[in-house]
Amino acid sequence: MRLAKNYFADERRDDLNEIGQGRPRADVPGHVTAKTTYFADRNFPGMLHLKMVRSPHHHARIRSIDTSEAEKHPGVVRVLTAKDVPHNTYTILILIQIGPEDEHVLAEDKVRWKGEAVVAVLAETERAAQEAAAKVKVDYEVLPAVLDMEAALKPGAPLVNEHHGQNYYMYDSGACRKVRFGDVEKGFAEADHILEQTYSSSPIEQAPMETTGCIAVPDGNDRFTCYTNTQAMFFTLDNTSIILQMPGSQLHLVGGTAGGGFGGKVDVIVEPIAILAAKLTGRPVSFIYSRHEEMQISSPRAAETITIKDGVMKDGRIVARYVKGYTDAGAYSRHSPYGAQKGAAHYPGPYTIPNVWADTYCVYTNRTPSSAMRGFGVTIADFALEVQMDKLARLIGMDPLEFRFINAYRDGDMKAHRQTTEGAALIECMQEAARAANWPVAEKYFALSSHPREG
Amino acid sequence: MAKVPVQFSLNGSEKAEFVDSGATLLAVLRGKAGDTSPKGGCHQGTCGACSVLIDGELRLSCLTLAETCEGAEITTTAGLAEAGVLHPLQRAFMDGFAAQCGFCTPGMLMAAKALLDRTPNPTREDVVEAISGNVCRCTGYEPIIQAILAAARANSHNAA
Repeated sequence: MRLAKNYFADERRDDLNEIGQGRPRADVPGHVTAKTTYFADRNFPGMLHLKMVRSPHHHARIRSIDTSEAEKHPGVVRVLTAKDVPHNTYTILILIQIGPEDEHVLAEDKVRWKGEAVVAVLAETERAAQEAAAKVKVDYEVLPAVLDMEAALKPGAPLVNEHHGQNYYMYDSGACRKVRFGDVEKGFAEADHILEQTYSSSPIEQAPMETTGCIAVPDGNDRFTCYTNTQAMFFTLDNTSIILQMPGSQLHLVGGTAGGGFGGKVDVIVEPIAILAAKLTGRPVSFIYSRHEEMQISSPRAAETITIKDGVMKDGRIVARYVKGYTDAGAYSRHSPYGAQKGAAHYPGPYTIPNVWADTYCVYTNRTPSSAMRGFGVTIADFALEVQMDKLARLIGMDPLEFRFINAYRDGDMKAHRQTTEGAALIECMQEAARAANWPVAEKYFALSSHPREG
Repeated sequence: MAKVPVQFSLNGSEKAEFVDSGATLLAVLRGKAGDTSPKGGCHQGTCGACSVLIDGELRLSCLTLAETCEGAEITTTAGLAEAGVLHPLQRAFMDGFAAQCGFCTPGMLMAAKALLDRTPNPTREDVVEAISGNVCRCTGYEPIIQAILAAARANSHNAA
């Protein structure tokens, strides 16, 4: 690796001595000797195993739940249903006032996605818990389901989540997050060409090597220690406190070591029910997703559909951009209202476009709730934007990299969501990339910089 | 449930356990023998994180019944360093950034050891083949392949 000292020479301190150096990770001696302690590397005497009974339907009303046979199964210690959970209706981002509470720790009257947790079974062995879970009888009345965003937004579509009242998240700005900048209609009227394209993506599973899980242990003084691989310790602490109606001082979370996460361990799913089970049984409780659960139950990256309409001049300037973005939250919000909102700010990309109109919707469907995954809200947007940029360049017969130089943002440019660009280095990165790849770019683009435009 | 007595050696130490009939070697090593170095990533023989050596052969401990290991010599990553001195593979994985989250690392090390024990000077293709049953999701395979090749070079250098 080389530090390109010719860029930003006036802004850069010259005493940087780490870049380009190989430095060992602090945790790697533990990894290669297998002394690194993951949450499941702990054994506790008398530990119980939790297995979840899950909905086999995308959407159904629960007529009744019969746990009597499961409770009689050898090795079963306790069976939990919604009524055992002190504050059963929750939503993770309520901590930052993004409500309403719309999800149930254990299903109450309805299930809204195939895989939703309904009953928790606690037994002496994993096998006994699994066998007993199969004996729980849930009587479902199957309801019509909506499995894609288009169907969810059609008039008369089945309502996915009554806590919202409609199949999209209601922001304080209305049915969508909005970005309004300049006069987009005027921009399209002036444009030499207009290109409208729609980009769609499927959900993506994070698939960490270590599945989601935790072990909750009673400390014996009404305090509980929970060993977890969560990526969000404080979200977990605070949401568990709300769900169990226990002060945070009674909850001791131990974490920080995860066998991969990629955003898939940001939701608060396993800890509240495991701690509740430890409280109600007085015994350590292990709740670890099987690989099947990790793939089918844990929140994936949301499916997205993004329509981009751009007005472009023959000289390469993008003069107007109109975007409609849809994020499939699945049945519950989790982090998706936030992900969709990030998209709204991101759709102009790292380009300065004078007229922008963006609407982004967070849509509810009867699919597995989606949530965080590496750059959620912007990664799929970037895929769509950069494919669109290539198509625009082709449309006007321009080199795709030169086209990006023309539109690249620079320090001082006002972005569509009213943040002034600071610390831009896109032009310099593209210059370096062009040199490294021997990509033919006209000399004038090597004279550009990210420094503020003149005048 | 019926218990089955099993005696085996684990990294050179004699172990005697009463195991549930049908219990996996992975569960017995982790839950009874106190060796949590093999990891359970899938419990269905597809990820390789639970890999151990049984009588020198690379095996998936999540698919091996503990009761079939009577008299076996079992080697795990916990026994790779000798008297506190890291094995060349461990050293190479450290130096080459071949362990990020670390969860696949014990299985990777066992697969690599099985290879180098048999083929001290492997080709790149040998290495790729040897770790083809081990999934990694964050480090990336290239640093792992390079680390195994580096360990092989270090070994042959020391032997020369």
